[in-house]
Amino acid sequence: MISNNIDFILLLSIFLLGALLSLIFRRNDRLANYCANGLAIIGSIWGIVLALRHITNGYYTNLSLEIPALRVLSFSIRIDNLSAFFIFIISLITLFASIYAIGYVQHYYKKYCIGTLGFFYNIFILGMLLVVSSSNAVLFLVAWEVMSVASYFLVIYDNNNPKNVKAGLVYLVMTHVATAFIIILFLILFKFTGSFDFEIIKLTQATIPAYIKDIVFVLALIGFGTKAGIIPVHIWLPSAHPAAPSHVSALMSGVMIKTGIFMMIRMFLDILQPVPVWWGYTVLIIGVISSLLGVILALTEHDIKRLLAYHSIENIGIIMLGIGSSLIFSSMNLNSFALVGLIAALFHTLNHAVFKSLLFLCAGSVINKTNTSNMAEYGGIIKYMPLTALFFLVGSMAISALPPFNGFYSEWITFQSLFQGIAVTDITTKILFSLSAGGLAFTGGFALMCFVKVFGITFLARPRSIKINKVKESSFSMLIGMGGFAIISLIFGVYSSFIVKTIKQIVVDMTVFRENVDTNAINLTNSININNNFADVSGIWVFLALSIALVSTVFVFKFIINRKQKIVTGETWDCGTDLTPRMEITSTAFASSMIRILRRVVGPIVTKEVKFDKDNLKYFPKSIQFDFKINDIYGKYIYKPITDSVSWISLLVKRIQGGNTNIYIMYILLVLLIALILLL
Amino acid sequence: MNILFWTIQILFVPAVSPLMIGIIRKFKAMFQKRIGASIFQPYKDIIKLLNKDEVISKDASWIFRFAPYIIFCISILIGASIPIFTTSFSGLPTSEIIVVVYTLAIGTFFLALAGMDVGGAFGGFGSSREMTISAFAEGGLIFSLLTIALISGSTNLFNISNNILLIQGKSIISLILAMGGFILILLAETKRFPFDNPSTHLELTMIHEAMTIEHSGKKLALLEWAAANKLAIFSILLINMFFPWGIATNFDILSIMVGFVSLIVKILIVLFGIAFLESTIAKFRFFRLPDLLLDAYIINILAICLIPVL
Repeated sequence: MISNNIDFILLLSIFLLGALLSLIFRRNDRLANYCANGLAIIGSIWGIVLALRHITNGYYTNLSLEIPALRVLSFSIRIDNLSAFFIFIISLITLFASIYAIGYVQHYYKKYCIGTLGFFYNIFILGMLLVVSSSNAVLFLVAWEVMSVASYFLVIYDNNNPKNVKAGLVYLVMTHVATAFIIILFLILFKFTGSFDFEIIKLTQATIPAYIKDIVFVLALIGFGTKAGIIPVHIWLPSAHPAAPSHVSALMSGVMIKTGIFMMIRMFLDILQPVPVWWGYTVLIIGVISSLLGVILALTEHDIKRLLAYHSIENIGIIMLGIGSSLIFSSMNLNSFALVGLIAALFHTLNHAVFKSLLFLCAGSVINKTNTSNMAEYGGIIKYMPLTALFFLVGSMAISALPPFNGFYSEWITFQSLFQGIAVTDITTKILFSLSAGGLAFTGGFALMCFVKVFGITFLARPRSIKINKVKESSFSMLIGMGGFAIISLIFGVYSSFIVKTIKQIVVDMTVFRENVDTNAINLTNSININNNFADVSGIWVFLALSIALVSTVFVFKFIINRKQKIVTGETWDCGTDLTPRMEITSTAFASSMIRILRRVVGPIVTKEVKFDKDNLKYFPKSIQFDFKINDIYGKYIYKPITDSVSWISLLVKRIQGGNTNIYIMYILLVLLIALILLL
Repeated sequence: MNILFWTIQILFVPAVSPLMIGIIRKFKAMFQKRIGASIFQPYKDIIKLLNKDEVISKDASWIFRFAPYIIFCISILIGASIPIFTTSFSGLPTSEIIVVVYTLAIGTFFLALAGMDVGGAFGGFGSSREMTISAFAEGGLIFSLLTIALISGSTNLFNISNNILLIQGKSIISLILAMGGFILILLAETKRFPFDNPSTHLELTMIHEAMTIEHSGKKLALLEWAAANKLAIFSILLINMFFPWGIATNFDILSIMVGFVSLIVKILIVLFGIAFLESTIAKFRFFRLPDLLLDAYIINILAICLIPVL
């Protein structure tokens, strides 16, 4: 029977209504757009209110629908603080993404059916909300599928481009293989605990043998890790995220992949506690590899949305660093540091959702106006789209962890939690944490380089193609969507200690942190203070220091010293030749020295073909064709063998599957006979 | 007293940094058996540039115009956040190692963007090289500061400086290793040999000079001055983090005087070292530089493993 709290049902019904209305009004593009996104906006505001009420009042929602005859199929929803936190993230991103979508979707008018877009968009959000709030494996799997399938249809929405359809197929296959792992996982848990309900599993899991738990861990890592996009199961991500409409990319990259993170936290730090220490080591190592390789692969990209998708892998890696350190500390019984690690992971989850959505929305506006996502054709867009450029700059600074924006503070806490691990006496742990912190430091450096590249190539210098000259600033609703995220990015940075305080309140609620926690491990009275004054940072004061320094510098040097200075506008130094766009650096050239240094890691394939006027006189080339590709290591060494063996097995199966019905009936008869003999 | 202290703390780095450039040049001239320019020449250069009119490319955006102010203000802010001649304060909100590293990165970020902004043939490549080096330098920089933070049990620069004074025994080995790593990073971040040649304008080799090539007048003055500030910041960090002996730990006139004198002597030694290095070794090939920077990181991991357990 459905018990208490109608609020959450209301939240789900708003999105359901949005989905249905946009389908009903699908003949009218404008109406369908307003219905879908308008209701999504209302729903997300309600979601934010609901989540905040849960977190501040600390209450739970428990809903269950039990069918007495089929106890296995009973559905239950349970919203604790952790779920409420993720509902908050989903709603926050949905709010601004939907505001943006009102303007953005207009360029699909008359080309595609807006009604179906709105339908799948709302269903997708509905699925995500259910994923983070379900407390029962059956309902969870249904929600997980709803989310995956809806996002698949969103990926292939722009289906005139065959590349998108292919990307959708890869996504569909990967996500379903992952779901298969998750189904096995829950079946194993069901076998040993006799229940699909998370609460009951949590209470009875102590009786599960250790090796079964290890199997569950590996299954969860693959199943949920695929959704999160950890390396090496990331391959769907860089092709699927760019294919979707940009506001959906923002939701997929900002929120959907976080549901994988949510389930990992739920499984490893909540349900299956206590865990062996090697789980933490594994998660930490995966975190380092994902963050480093993610950012390096991003550097090699020249498609702006693919590049951002690779950065999602990087940031998932950083979140995994937080979770990994938390797991290691909790198995070493250092619960107070485990708290710091988990807070770092959750804060970075929130921050990444904000700035990555911001970047995707900005990239979407640029692509929308230029009709290309190839950065080689951009350049100088800052003069045509000044506000979009400003918002993108904010996003770039946030993702590169530059103060005073939010990305910095979550990386700061992640650093601190890794530093606490380095201070641990055990030498294996010490070295592992040193390498992880080093990985995070280098990731920061590479990310900074990558965003200099993206911002510089896209927005600065002179246009590299003629179409830039016709570019205009985006429409009002799109600017509100982007600007909202940019402001939140700054606010979450400046008031980081307040946000972290709230997250701490969410986390200490979990069973793991009920005992052995020293509240001074992370103290948040005025600033973020780690381990009794080991480290201390205050968002407000850093912001003030930076602003005062900047304002006084500008004041002194612009308005006092040499005030009457004359500024003449001239040409860029052209080395005595004509100034052409070809003199500017390209995105490939910008990253080329880095790729050369890291050639062992990325394996670039460079081919150069020079044609001459006369074959015997090789001084004046007629044309030079330069081709640069990155070796697809994962495709070649991991996925190709798998697909090859699958098709090999299929060929074997073909022999007994000839298409002749009579033979099939014979098979059935044979199986029946064997079954009967076995029963006797 | 407090006001006096903060005035000195804020103004010391920008006031002294051009002099430091001048002294390095003088030392280098000595090695080359030249008389060389006066050590005050960099001040004259900056004043001259500040009073000049400017030429700005028509392709430049506000990033190009605004970046010099950001870069300069970052260098002033960090210059004020590090312990200079006394450790008896808890510093600014930015006196924390990770904050220092990433705030300096803001300067690098805008410098590289300004280099790309006008779309010339040089700027973009300068930015690319600069970012490649600084990406590899970040690990070494964070880890050499981390090593001493772990030795001293705090990540606040003033506390580190204070606590390093008290160390003994085995931690000294870690301290020396971390210092070695930090020196490599210092050379990379301040664009000295063997990473970059600060006195060249040859397009094949230059890094920093390529990015500032389109700036002129006041903006060029700010960029040059900020680069000098960065040299001062890293030199003072080297001195006061890894070899703070002599620095004033309390606030009486005598110990501050001692702190001041010892700081100046140590700065001269560091500058001589840089000049000596630049006069005796050749600039490395660009593609060998990451090895050097990764060494700085690995040395520090070794240093961390050698810290004795308390």
